[in-house]
Amino acid sequence: MAIATKFELKPGMATREAFGKTLVELGRENPNVWAVDADLSKSTYTSFFAKEFPDRFVSCGIAEANMVGVAAGLASFGKIPFAASFSCFVINKGFEQLRVAVAYPGANVKVVGTHSGISIGEDGPSQMSIEETSLACSLPGFVVLAPADEVAARALIRAAAEHQGPVFVRTGRLKVPVIYPADQRFEIGKAIELIAGDDVTLIANGLMVAEAIRAQGLLAVEGISARVLDMHTAKPLDRDAIGRAAVQTGAIVVAEEHLVDGGLGVRVAQVVAETHPCPMEFVGLTGYAESGSPDSLLDKYGMRAVNVAAAARKVLGRKKK
Amino acid sequence: MQRTANVGELQEISKGIRRHIIRMIGAAGSGHPGGSLSATEIVVTLFWDALRHDPSNPEWPDRDRIILSKGHACPVLYAAMAECGYTPVETLNTLRKLGSIYQGHPDRRFIPALEASTGSLGEGLSIAMGMGLAARWDKRPSRAYCILGDGEIQEGQIWEAAMFGAFHKLDNVVAILDYNRIQLDGFVKDIMEIEPVVAKWQAFGWHTVELDGHSIPALQAAFAEAAAVKGKPTALIAHTVKGKGVSFMENNPKFHGTAPTKEEVELALKELA
Repeated sequence: MAIATKFELKPGMATREAFGKTLVELGRENPNVWAVDADLSKSTYTSFFAKEFPDRFVSCGIAEANMVGVAAGLASFGKIPFAASFSCFVINKGFEQLRVAVAYPGANVKVVGTHSGISIGEDGPSQMSIEETSLACSLPGFVVLAPADEVAARALIRAAAEHQGPVFVRTGRLKVPVIYPADQRFEIGKAIELIAGDDVTLIANGLMVAEAIRAQGLLAVEGISARVLDMHTAKPLDRDAIGRAAVQTGAIVVAEEHLVDGGLGVRVAQVVAETHPCPMEFVGLTGYAESGSPDSLLDKYGMRAVNVAAAARKVLGRKKK
Repeated sequence: MQRTANVGELQEISKGIRRHIIRMIGAAGSGHPGGSLSATEIVVTLFWDALRHDPSNPEWPDRDRIILSKGHACPVLYAAMAECGYTPVETLNTLRKLGSIYQGHPDRRFIPALEASTGSLGEGLSIAMGMGLAARWDKRPSRAYCILGDGEIQEGQIWEAAMFGAFHKLDNVVAILDYNRIQLDGFVKDIMEIEPVVAKWQAFGWHTVELDGHSIPALQAAFAEAAAVKGKPTALIAHTVKGKGVSFMENNPKFHGTAPTKEEVELALKELA
């Protein structure tokens, strides 16, 4: 379905691929950048880095707990290790190590989870990472990022490398549309207002940003003015942007390809409750999905513009009461 | 601190460290005396002899690293670091109390000279591996010494790290197994047998040295042997006695994680006089 929007949303690369390409650039610019891998380099695209910098590419085998510890040891020598794996494996199998070896001492480790969300598709729920925003945000001192497109992924991977301290970056398998101009600036903790609007705010991250943009187009046809915010940083949240959205639009929808429990929406709701309480609705997952093509899964599990628009109408109904 | 290779002097230092351990844990009213006492000669021989370090320059990039993976034995580490001049000796008895730098398990936020925050068993060897890789890349002489508990090697991550160390030929990493044969719930053989432990490390591609972990000459020889081995990491299987040096604590599972009473502190200090 064609939806009118000022964004062209041309096809782009997957955020994981943008990560892999950016890591090579970082490797050229900074000899302290390392890649640490657990037998998924061809999927996480750290294979690009391995090809050019085999001596700074550390193969750990299928052992994510050790991988995270090795990264912490590298960081203690002033290295900037990027430990990458499928998001579900590194966050879950490496969580205890992310807690004690990384978060607790504040080690300068960068973790990149790829194949996040249900859009990994056919592999099914054991490979679908839908809990990691909650888990990563629970770790004190961690910055948690979720880029929406290749431009955002490139910029945020660079920001992660420059940031002193632990960072988790959530990336996806699926090719996603390009939202941003190549020179778009990104700052950790600063949401980007993609579209101005007064009636309701649509907050999203990852591949749901494009869906929120499309939802804005659907709502505009109905005379509803929706603001769209890319909350690419799940932690620390942009409290100012959220507070402004609550005051100025008085209704908020948060959309994420993640469990609603403990996800971005819940975190945004905390800020709304602490600043300017207003009605909110949440678009996200409520349980484990199943195998299928990514598109069929995103349709079935309600990760589409129509679902975001429906949530917006619902929240507007509550706002009028 | 005065570095020394003299066995008699190192034995005297060990006795002093044991007295600290007893006083610290006695004052705290909780803690793990058994595994601190069993690791005393290992820690003393490292800090006063084998270790490349300079307490006046704790951030020296070429220093060796000690990672106390069995973090619950931190009293022995704290006592040694304090006696070396890294931290104050006067406040050792604030162990485990609010505001103390001597936290219940090693915490770099309070003592930056600690090489790793530990306490969740099984994690230290992986960190040592990362250090070994970085030291080799940087062409530094630094070595990483990781002290493991025997019960601790029941953790699967240890074997992930063991496989990693041999695969990456990290001959600058040394694992020291404080093989005191007792863990929290009882004897290791009754909780989860780790034997044949030397064969396990060998099967994982490590050079191994089996030794008496309370013999300072044996420890000195083992550290020297480990330093001479090329192309693979070394595991020292150090046979020790839990609670070593205090008669009523030796081989007594109760003193894995129970502090001595006031009377027991007095008795122990008499034995360690």
